[in-house]
Amino acid sequence: MDPLSWGAIFTQIIIQFTPVWVALIALFTVSMRYKRRLGLYGKLFDSTVGMIGFALVMFWVFTAIFAGLFDLISTHDPLSQVSGMKNKVPGTPLKGAEDGEYAYYLLGGDKLARDVFTRMVMGSTVVIAIAPLATLFAFMVGITLGLPAGYFGGRLDTVLSFLANLILAFPVILLFYLLVTPEIVATGLPQYMAVVLFISPLAFSGVLIHSRFRTQPNKNIVRLAVVLVPLTLLYLSLINEAGSKIDFWPLDFFDIPGGTLVVFVSVVFVNSPTVFRIVRGLTMDIKTRDYVAAAQTRGERPWYIMLWEILPNARGPLIVDFCLRIGYTTILLGTLGFFGLGLPPESPDWGSTINEGRKLLSVYLHPALPPAMALLSLVLGLNLLADGLREESLRD
Amino acid sequence: MGLFFLRRLGIMILTALCLTYIVFFLTNLYPNLEKLAKTQGNFRMSDEAVASWLTDRGYLQSTPKKYAEWIGVVPSFRHVDEDGKVIGRCIKPGMQPADAPQYCGILQGDWGWSSVSKAPVGEVLKPRLQNTGYLMLWVMIVMIPCALIIGVLAGMREGSVTDRSLSSVSILSTATPEYVSGVIFIALLASSKSPINQWLVAHEWIEGKALFKGSAAKAMENPTFENFFLPVLTIALYGMGYIARMTRASMAEVMTAQYIRTARLKGVSFGNVVIKHALRNALIAPFTVIMLQIPWLLNGVVIVETLFQYKGLGWELVRAAGNNDIEMLLGISVVSVFVVLTTQLISDIGYVYLNPRISVT
Repeated sequence: MDPLSWGAIFTQIIIQFTPVWVALIALFTVSMRYKRRLGLYGKLFDSTVGMIGFALVMFWVFTAIFAGLFDLISTHDPLSQVSGMKNKVPGTPLKGAEDGEYAYYLLGGDKLARDVFTRMVMGSTVVIAIAPLATLFAFMVGITLGLPAGYFGGRLDTVLSFLANLILAFPVILLFYLLVTPEIVATGLPQYMAVVLFISPLAFSGVLIHSRFRTQPNKNIVRLAVVLVPLTLLYLSLINEAGSKIDFWPLDFFDIPGGTLVVFVSVVFVNSPTVFRIVRGLTMDIKTRDYVAAAQTRGERPWYIMLWEILPNARGPLIVDFCLRIGYTTILLGTLGFFGLGLPPESPDWGSTINEGRKLLSVYLHPALPPAMALLSLVLGLNLLADGLREESLRD
Repeated sequence: MGLFFLRRLGIMILTALCLTYIVFFLTNLYPNLEKLAKTQGNFRMSDEAVASWLTDRGYLQSTPKKYAEWIGVVPSFRHVDEDGKVIGRCIKPGMQPADAPQYCGILQGDWGWSSVSKAPVGEVLKPRLQNTGYLMLWVMIVMIPCALIIGVLAGMREGSVTDRSLSSVSILSTATPEYVSGVIFIALLASSKSPINQWLVAHEWIEGKALFKGSAAKAMENPTFENFFLPVLTIALYGMGYIARMTRASMAEVMTAQYIRTARLKGVSFGNVVIKHALRNALIAPFTVIMLQIPWLLNGVVIVETLFQYKGLGWELVRAAGNNDIEMLLGISVVSVFVVLTTQLISDIGYVYLNPRISVT
């Protein structure tokens, strides 16, 4: 078989992504149709920048879903090595391809003779799984600490702000190197940090419900139970890992695969002080408004005012920052991969593949460029999305 | 102003102490020390041998005490072994115990011994710092004017075509982390396999095989445009977008102010309004952003120095962290914490100084 030409490679890649195109078109048709009824999300479709950003982001989200859950887009196995395909240029046909096997390496092979295209596609699953969730956790931590700091002020604020500035003054890469090395992981330190950091979603949802339904004990108990019991179970199996420092809980549903928990913890740890500062600033601004004074006069408790009066009114800037921060988290994950920290070296995530590809960059261009462009497009999409959201939310 | 400065300085020193203590604590955890003992002693040491090696050198004292010794406020640890030989941190090879100083910490200017370079940390760090400083200087020279010009041009007429296109450029540059732009630049401009270079070579427009060098290893002694421009550009690009966006926002806000409208109505030309009336007020916010951007540049420096093999502070950090070079890591953390906190202080003071509406009292 002959190698594919650039045009043919391009067409093949587009065909390979068919499920994503279908999903994107469906999503956009439905959203455009009903955009007037969809609130802020619908307004996004009034701004070109926002739409481009959203399309880029959803492209990678759908890719991650189809490749990770349904095994659709990727052409080969991300870890399988095919002899004779080492460092081969894009479009090289597989020697002796069996029936049902994809006959080409669309974007060539890397230095271990694995398919670059498949690794790029599978890399999206790692990023899409970790980045939004880690950002969400960082927001939970930042909000649970930032609201009281901004609302009460005083000594609490001084102490918390000092701690936040302390973490912010740390060079991120030094912190990563100190937290993610195998020796430190063996001491269980990241796990202890996980214990502290991951309790905040529990605290957040508990206080959120309790402050609202405090006066209606029946409703309160039911709601608290419905939310807190599954969350607690999740929390305990999250921090619990057989054979590590924290191993006491019998009902361990899942173990986080090697290194992912450490990466997750360090990314949350680095992100939460910034969120804290934003939430604190917003709270200090909003607490001078009349409706807060009205709530205080009604005799509402502080946590009710913080979570049900102030937080909903701070949502605009927080949503925008959430999008930006997912992008930043993606960059951080890439940085970790670039230095070979945390995730296992054969992991297909973009940072690790860029790191592997860069070592041979002067001779072979193709292994490093696809993951680099993929990461760039996802972060760009998130930034554009944030920009569109900001514009549209300012318009009301 | 004096009191404000003193308070800031106090908080700064406290922060520096806390940060270095955290680094000290993390690098001095037992597994790290065990690794140190095995690389310095020999790899087949038993657990007891490791423990005695560490005890003899004072590594197993409590962390606060070790920290105080490292800072230099407590006399350094000394150990007398069976045949009466005294060893300790302060006693350098070839020095009599009686002549050695009692205190040897950061305050005395003794930064410790790098186990990888086999030389004092201070001596190793000095050329590294110079290299990084030179790199940062050029990054600043490229980044700040570009960012300010883009921001001012974009914010001058909000919503115009110029604004739209320049804003897109700055969003693109903030979305491109150093390891992505660096890889793309090397692939397109520094590799002999890249289509651009092959085209240039075919037309005989360049002499070598590629437009730029993919490695800055020679730039330490002899920085040229060819081997130094790509690292500088890579770092500058990521920081540029953010500063440009801040400048644009600040410029756009100033341009809607009453006094600008008054000046325009009085018939001052648009160029004059921008340069004489708007710029000064619009540049207050970017100043703080630029100062606060320096710690972020440190991150970029680590990535770029690794990517381009430029032997600076970041390259040394990666090497020290990879090889468990504890005292070198501590030295680097002192330097970077100092840089971060100083820039924060300058940014605060500069903000107050530039903006007469803010008073510190």
